[in-house]
Amino acid sequence: MGITFRKETFRDDYTFRNSPEHIRRFPFPFNEDAYMYTVNIEPHVVGPKGSVLENLIDVDEHYVAEMQDRALVLAEDPLRCQSLPHMTLAGWDLLELLMEQQALGYPEHFTLERDGDRWRWINRPLGIDDTFTFGDTSTLPYGPMEYITRQSQGDFCILDQRDGNLWMDAGMVTTQADWSLDFDIGMNFFEWHAPVPLAHEKGIFTRALKFLTNIQQGKPARRLNWTMTINPRLDTSPENYHKWGPDRATVTPENVGQKVHLRVELQSFWRLPRSNAIVFPIRCYLIKMDELVTQPKWARRLHRVIRDLPEELATYKGLTRYRPTLVEWLSRLDDGSPTSPGFGPD
Amino acid sequence: MSTGTTKLDVVVSDVVPVNDLVTRFHFRRRDGGLLPTFSGGAHVVVEMRDSDRTRLNPYSLMGSPLDTREYTISVRRDDVGRGGSLFMHRQVKPGLEMVISYPVNLFSLDLRAKKHLMLAGGIGITPFMAQTSQLAAAGGNFELHYTCRTASLGTYADVLQQRYGNRVHLYHDDREQRIDLDRLLSSQPLGTHLYVCGPAGMINWVRHRAAALGWPSETVHFEHFAAPQPGAPFDVTLAVSGKTIRVGEQQSLLEAMEAAGVDPPYLCRGGVCGQCETNVISSDGKFIHNDHWLSEEDHRSGCKIMPCVSRFEGKSLVLER
Amino acid sequence: MAAKTIISRPIYGTLSPQPGKHHLFVADAEGALAIIDMAGKAPPGFFDGAEIDFIPGPEGKHIAALEALRPAQLHIAPSFASLLPRLKQTLTNAHMGLRLYLAGTEGLIGQAMQVALEAGMDHTSIQTEHRGSLARRMQCVHCKGITENVTTQPALCAHCGLLLLVRDHYSRRLAAFQGVCINAEDRSEIPPMEEAFP
Repeated sequence: MGITFRKETFRDDYTFRNSPEHIRRFPFPFNEDAYMYTVNIEPHVVGPKGSVLENLIDVDEHYVAEMQDRALVLAEDPLRCQSLPHMTLAGWDLLELLMEQQALGYPEHFTLERDGDRWRWINRPLGIDDTFTFGDTSTLPYGPMEYITRQSQGDFCILDQRDGNLWMDAGMVTTQADWSLDFDIGMNFFEWHAPVPLAHEKGIFTRALKFLTNIQQGKPARRLNWTMTINPRLDTSPENYHKWGPDRATVTPENVGQKVHLRVELQSFWRLPRSNAIVFPIRCYLIKMDELVTQPKWARRLHRVIRDLPEELATYKGLTRYRPTLVEWLSRLDDGSPTSPGFGPD
Repeated sequence: MSTGTTKLDVVVSDVVPVNDLVTRFHFRRRDGGLLPTFSGGAHVVVEMRDSDRTRLNPYSLMGSPLDTREYTISVRRDDVGRGGSLFMHRQVKPGLEMVISYPVNLFSLDLRAKKHLMLAGGIGITPFMAQTSQLAAAGGNFELHYTCRTASLGTYADVLQQRYGNRVHLYHDDREQRIDLDRLLSSQPLGTHLYVCGPAGMINWVRHRAAALGWPSETVHFEHFAAPQPGAPFDVTLAVSGKTIRVGEQQSLLEAMEAAGVDPPYLCRGGVCGQCETNVISSDGKFIHNDHWLSEEDHRSGCKIMPCVSRFEGKSLVLER
Repeated sequence: MAAKTIISRPIYGTLSPQPGKHHLFVADAEGALAIIDMAGKAPPGFFDGAEIDFIPGPEGKHIAALEALRPAQLHIAPSFASLLPRLKQTLTNAHMGLRLYLAGTEGLIGQAMQVALEAGMDHTSIQTEHRGSLARRMQCVHCKGITENVTTQPALCAHCGLLLLVRDHYSRRLAAFQGVCINAEDRSEIPPMEEAFP
């Protein structure tokens, strides 16, 4: 039995919804009643059946709609997908990884046939059946990174490893939480994280870099990050901030449940074999407050986290304008009773 | 969380003597599948089970990264070393089942380079075998300068000349042929990257001349796995695991820890990757640092040691392990 | 709401003589003083293999002082745009061992570095020293237009007209600071424009 892909939008009339099964598998990012920026990196290994970790590259009911939204973003602004000239080999590495993982996890939807460097890729949900020569860019309609990331959920950054640092030298970024690939491409690990408050002083990025540069082939790692978004909009780019920014002023006690979304990024880190680069998929999951609070534990905990969030982090995550309204709304669902440890719903 | 690599179960599929000193070993997966893809410059750590003793030595992969049906390494016999190369030459025969690590690359190409200038000395040719294959397949711009003692000990010189013609330049010590290094380094186009692999003396010479001639350090890449040096036995207290161990004359500190059931992470076992870096809690004596990882300041301070290659002489040493 | 200093903000040093056979200096206006100060520390004969490309600017000062260093070449250019073809050609023909020194305004340093990166130089190998105006080159993240000589906070985008917060976040590839709409969430909020980068 395959996935039933939803027909929905992430713009204009915003028809995005999670099915009840998808609410239960939502990767809720708080395992306690408070949040602070930490190096919460762990091995990226397969998790329980029915969770977003059932496969290392997750495909869900939003796949087709997300790929349609990506195509719209790229048509408006092709600068969201860029690769510096030395990164083509890493693009082929990524194509191999994503085709293999998607075909492995979802054989009813994706098939990869390899005969030497002659490859055939079948993507049934998007109606694609292409035969090409691995390593020969002229046999694909796009460069290898763009080709496969137009068919894979999440943003992708490819990091070149040189001189003990990681350099953001290629990426497909259309669902970003307010950062610009076009601006940040070519930067090193510390430079592109420069705007993140509090973490530099705590030495978090120094430790994280040391860990990431030592990621080995066959041993990927992952972490969760989160922010909030008004309306289920995937494209919250700085490029379009002047278009979506005003939404933040539209939150009222009446529409919190429908408008405010928790946005969780499942970030994973993989060593690529031919290029020795690291790929950093950033898989974005959205859930509206009305959906999230169907799990009472999550409602109580989210209330406490948002209420107690340090001011710098609230500002960085862009919550300032609507935080009081949100906290007030969530407080009515928090009776003060304890929450059980761990991420999952009760 | 721990780092380190996944292991691969392999079988020796061929053993080929290359010349008086060097033998090539071929490995295939025991289950018949393909091996992981790798990048030019990567090495694997080979586990050698020699009766009651396990040796773990890193060797560069020298086959084409495009062919993952088998891995190949070349081992130079070292008659006065700690025995790893002698074990490979004497004990390893086709059909032997062995365990190797996943490939790790600590000597990767900088793919931004407008040109790759490679300098090899002796058995230091092996990583360049894979790197030249990778670059040639992608139409990369490279030039290889290879120094060996005699023509008959010029491991793979014939193969390389056949493959790449005048992109390969050979220098034979017995014919008094020397690289005109200053001239070579001064005539490279802007955007060239330099790679050197060979004996320590050669690496130091090339790095020193490159720096003097204005090559920025980011453009100079070198690989030098230090082999652990034998030395006087010494005792070490491992504070975390509550053990006191003796490091034998022919044993490295890392090997002695492993023999006692303490397993620090490692990737290279040659003082390069930094994984097994260990804090010193207290010491009374002299460190013999042989690594390329710690800074000079770390070496002087005596606060850290790389157990894979470094030793100690003195009264007492307590480590945070 | 001035942006705090952050890690991507370039840090400029003090020019110092590097080992190498050939030395290329690119400077504007008061950047000449950085070269002159460095000359005191340079070994004898250092400028025999040096070229200085200098953009004096409207005040036209420091040319004689640079001449007095007796570089192999002193090229005076009226603007960066007019220097660009020559700079590109010099770097295309250069060999490893050429060292690059950039001194003057941030705009000059950033744009010259951009050319050097394209020629295959690594930014960490390039010597830089900031002298003179603090005016910024700014890229509007919304319309992608570059506004030169930005001195105020916030600043108007010369292309799309949005009112932008000039961040410290800096891109070497674009040789520009990032400008982000300061009142995107409520266009009626108009913070006062202050002189921030004189």
